[in-house]
Amino acid sequence: MLKILKYSFFDLMRSRWSYVYFAFYLLLGIVLLFLNNDLSKAVITLMNVIIVLVPLIGTIFGVMYYYNSKEFTELLLAQPLKRSSIFLGQYLGVAISLSMSLILGLGIPFIAYGLFKSNAIWDFYLLLITGTFLTLIFTALAFNIALTNENKIKGFGYAILLWLFLAIIYDGLFLMSLVLFEDYPLDKLSLIGTMLNPIDLSRTLILLKLDISALLGYTGAVFKKFFGTNFGLIISFVMLVIWVILPVLRIVLKSKKKDF
Amino acid sequence: MKNLLLFFTAILMAYSIYAQNIEVCNTCAVSTLKNAVSIAKDFDTIVLKKGTYKEYNILVDKPLTIIGENYPVIDGELKGEIITIVSDNVTVDGLFIINVGTSYTEDYAAIRVRKSKNFVIQNLVLEKLFFGIYLEKSRDGKVFHNKIIGDAVEEYNSGNGIQLWYSKNIEIEHNFVQHVRDGIYLEFSDDCLIKNNVSTKNLRYGLHFMFSNNDIYQDNTFEKNGAGVAVMFSKKIKMLNNIFKENWGTASYGMLLKEINDAEIIGNTFEENTIGINIEGSNRIIYKNNNFINNGWAIKVRGACYTNSFVENNFLYNSFDISYNSKINDNIFNKNYWTSYTGYDLNKDGIGDVPYRPVKLFSYIVNRTPETIILLRSLFIDIIDFSEKVSPVFTPDNLLDNNPLTKRITW
Repeated sequence: MLKILKYSFFDLMRSRWSYVYFAFYLLLGIVLLFLNNDLSKAVITLMNVIIVLVPLIGTIFGVMYYYNSKEFTELLLAQPLKRSSIFLGQYLGVAISLSMSLILGLGIPFIAYGLFKSNAIWDFYLLLITGTFLTLIFTALAFNIALTNENKIKGFGYAILLWLFLAIIYDGLFLMSLVLFEDYPLDKLSLIGTMLNPIDLSRTLILLKLDISALLGYTGAVFKKFFGTNFGLIISFVMLVIWVILPVLRIVLKSKKKDF
Repeated sequence: MKNLLLFFTAILMAYSIYAQNIEVCNTCAVSTLKNAVSIAKDFDTIVLKKGTYKEYNILVDKPLTIIGENYPVIDGELKGEIITIVSDNVTVDGLFIINVGTSYTEDYAAIRVRKSKNFVIQNLVLEKLFFGIYLEKSRDGKVFHNKIIGDAVEEYNSGNGIQLWYSKNIEIEHNFVQHVRDGIYLEFSDDCLIKNNVSTKNLRYGLHFMFSNNDIYQDNTFEKNGAGVAVMFSKKIKMLNNIFKENWGTASYGMLLKEINDAEIIGNTFEENTIGINIEGSNRIIYKNNNFINNGWAIKVRGACYTNSFVENNFLYNSFDISYNSKINDNIFNKNYWTSYTGYDLNKDGIGDVPYRPVKLFSYIVNRTPETIILLRSLFIDIIDFSEKVSPVFTPDNLLDNNPLTKRITW
């Protein structure tokens, strides 16, 4: 598995897209920090980027990589190798290279800006950690979609739909259900609703660091009580880990049974 | 000639005897303040030396000056009120008063001034108190440079730091109030000046106005209070250059305005409050040159607010700038700087060419269903906010800042 991981990783490292992705974050980081002399505004913009763009790129890139390297995969399958290690290796190769682009791309300008000396360092760590988690989750989901659909167009379609659902439509449904059931106590429902969507979960985790004053309002206190404590933080991260493990497990199972 | 000189000397001596000093210390002939007050004549000065005096119910019924040297301690041993002033022209200076009694039927205070004029209360330190300084039907006095540190835990069995009741023309300056119920409380008190005070970590309000008119409060700092500052049922109050900071909580405001008319709110800073200003039933108020920074809601308008004008304020990084709960708007927003403004300025005159709508659809939704706050900054919310901005349906469509500024205002 490690060998395949290494191959996919270095294959991706040589590819143009990783550089584009890396350069994009580098540029974004530099522009936000050095041309905009306001750290809080920069972190808010970064949060928006991370919770919207990272999942999108994760899904598209994952699906694309799978379809593009299909022939290589088939070649590997002919060798005496475990199937799970082939697919897991590929998955980890993509996910790690994407995460690296993200961490380095944003990390370098932030280090240059002197973030280690400022108090915002923990907020920034949280940004990077959730970004990495989102990459892992959405790449895994993308591999699932690609494994299930032989048809490239269909695969891409589903991938985009998945992103659209989790990033936008889910929130719409969530909002509608909250407004619809406004006569009932909703704190538990809204907590569960947030937990079930990795994008919402990451957003809430970051929000608690940024919009603290708004969230301390009438109902925000409930969320603050939950997410603000160590217990809530641990639960949230456990949730994110589960969101990684489940799709990865399905990759393993699916690839075992799949007829190539 | 000789007789005349003698006469003058006699007068001078008589005068110096007349306004004499009475020294009080633990080993002196006069060892209690109560004793000293009873033997003192009008306009005497009582000097308390350093030491601990276990006394309460000290009634000051003649014009005296009571001065403490090196902060003598007056310990009330939780038995009741400590000093009650019922005479005009009394000065109390430099005492350390602790252990005021707590009662559910009477408002015991460390110092109470009752129906008196021209008093000065200064340089006191009050600790372990119920009520701190209580001015009752008094006028023309001064409360200056006192430090009041309470240990209030519950609202129902704690008192206020500085309380004014039916008092007029009082100056409250340079006081430091902490951990009491209301830091400074004015009820039926007109023409007072509250200046340069620091009121923090109080259970309820940092400053509380009730039925008090024509007062000015300026250059004060209110921080981390239970519910910020409340100004209620009062007219013509000037609020200038105050700082309202970190008033966090479920029902917490930087400033709460209820039934306030003709006030001026100028040059204040509201920073990191859950709600910067909460307005209810307040009319003809001028908001000018205020900074609203990082609040949850910068201004929350609850209703029945007419002819207010919000001019030349800075709204910086608030989660919600303005929140309305109705579609009717009679207030003016003009020439403010909003960080969430996204318009352009083609002719470069510093005024954006596109009007700004400070009320977002999402703030309307959150007003209706507070739990939806969890969706703050979600992409879906941004989309519906944008569509509401293009064609307002739920928010007041005439609520516009027609001249949003493109640069932060400095003054």
